[in-house]
Amino acid sequence: MCGIVGLFAKSPAIEDRLGEHLAAMLRQMSDRGPDSAGVAIYRDPVAHGHSKLVLCSPRVDEDWQAVGDLIGATGGPAVRHNHALFTLPVAPADAQARAEEHRPDLRVMSAGEVIEIYKETGRPERFAELFDLSDVRGTHAIGHTRMATESRVTTEGSHPFSTGEDLCLVHNGSLSNHNRLRERLRKAGIRFVSENDTEVAAGYLAWRLREGASLQEALEGCLDDLDGFYTFAVGTRDGFAVMRDPVACKPAVMAETDDWVAMASEYRAIAVLPGADDARSWEPEPAQVYVWEREPVA
Amino acid sequence: MSTTLEETFDLGETPLRALNQRLHDLAGTSGGHVRVTNPSGAHAVACGIDAELEVDVDGHVGYYCAGMNKHATVRVHGNAGSGLAENMMSGRVEVDGSASQYCGATAHGGLIVVHGDTSLRCGISLKGGEIVVRGSVGGNSMFMAQSGALVVCGDAGEALGDSIYEARIYVRGSVKGLGADCVEKDLGEEHLAQLRDLLERAGVDDAEPSQFRRYGSARELYTFKIDNAGAY
Repeated sequence: MCGIVGLFAKSPAIEDRLGEHLAAMLRQMSDRGPDSAGVAIYRDPVAHGHSKLVLCSPRVDEDWQAVGDLIGATGGPAVRHNHALFTLPVAPADAQARAEEHRPDLRVMSAGEVIEIYKETGRPERFAELFDLSDVRGTHAIGHTRMATESRVTTEGSHPFSTGEDLCLVHNGSLSNHNRLRERLRKAGIRFVSENDTEVAAGYLAWRLREGASLQEALEGCLDDLDGFYTFAVGTRDGFAVMRDPVACKPAVMAETDDWVAMASEYRAIAVLPGADDARSWEPEPAQVYVWEREPVA
Repeated sequence: MSTTLEETFDLGETPLRALNQRLHDLAGTSGGHVRVTNPSGAHAVACGIDAELEVDVDGHVGYYCAGMNKHATVRVHGNAGSGLAENMMSGRVEVDGSASQYCGATAHGGLIVVHGDTSLRCGISLKGGEIVVRGSVGGNSMFMAQSGALVVCGDAGEALGDSIYEARIYVRGSVKGLGADCVEKDLGEEHLAQLRDLLERAGVDDAEPSQFRRYGSARELYTFKIDNAGAY
């Protein structure tokens, strides 16, 4: 199992309450994934050449102020449970390198100009409370509830997986060729921090994008190179994408109103959104890439 | 036992189990009418009914709605998730919108009418039930269907009727591809009559039997022949 949700705001009213809606959707998917939960929220972009960095500590009483001083943060820490968000006056890759150099015991959840990833083990409803999603504004978000099937229940094994700058992946399903593919990708310089199959899919997308593929091409490449079953949702700087494997035994439903576009593993996660009763809803076709993006702000 | 019972269950306030328990308690009765409001995508709504009831569900339902239905008429005024009317025995299940995967899987009897589309594997392993879809069906529909019939007023996806036994498939639109051992067959008087009857019972008045093509088993696969050994 596992549950996936995605929400893309088309109106300021939805942007204002994005976190609240996202939390309600996650709670509906608790039965599908009681082991861990996570979200990627897109909001408050920083200027090019600057970065947003989310770090996670094994301790809830981490001295985040000291961490900020150590890595040269100019904004933050904005603390949510055992995670903290910083802004730095350097590019995302440099920000990540600073954190890894000075505090290798901390985990980098996300590094980008827009993205913030928060994830932790435990039931989704507890996650939503601990990380206080209710006051979060944003333009779009994806979320995941995990029922672990092939690797340990850890923070690292939770979704979303960062797949590069401002990109992340959540997955419902399981992959069978991830061990060999992980080795191939390691040789190409992609780093992995868990034994998780989804992390390999994330690494695969990161590698294809690095080699010049578009998001559409990278996702279509999964159809040839990934063996297993999957419904993927990918968060991007400007929106999100959805794709199911050709056999499509993992569920997905999409819905759209004038105010939002949503995807979820089950309709009941969409039913909690305002105006859901009158939404146009449909099931994504197998092996087809669906992308929603807002016009990039120049 | 005949009844004039008229009840409403608001699933926004009443637990699903209370609804299904009440429906099960009515087993053997006839004539009652139950309305279900605010289903909000809940799973297993109106499952396991064994009574001549009329059930109206106002909104979208999740998985396995009206599963194992016997005698009852269940109408969903919205969309249905996976496994609609799975293993239905008799009665009628009707959906105003679309239905997700394996609609009517293993249904032994009764009629399922979907006014929108169904996704993959519609009528998989059908065992005698009848399904009328006014829109289109997804890939792998009627996989290993044994008996019964599927009528598709729109188009059919890939691998239609793969490894089919003695069930019948009628499609008005295009077929993306036929599965193993599924072939197009003649549309005779007997089939036109069956189509006319099914369309009429489903309330479809904008399709003519003569507009359909019939598909079924070539009977080369399920009767074991030594020449086919390589295919197993």
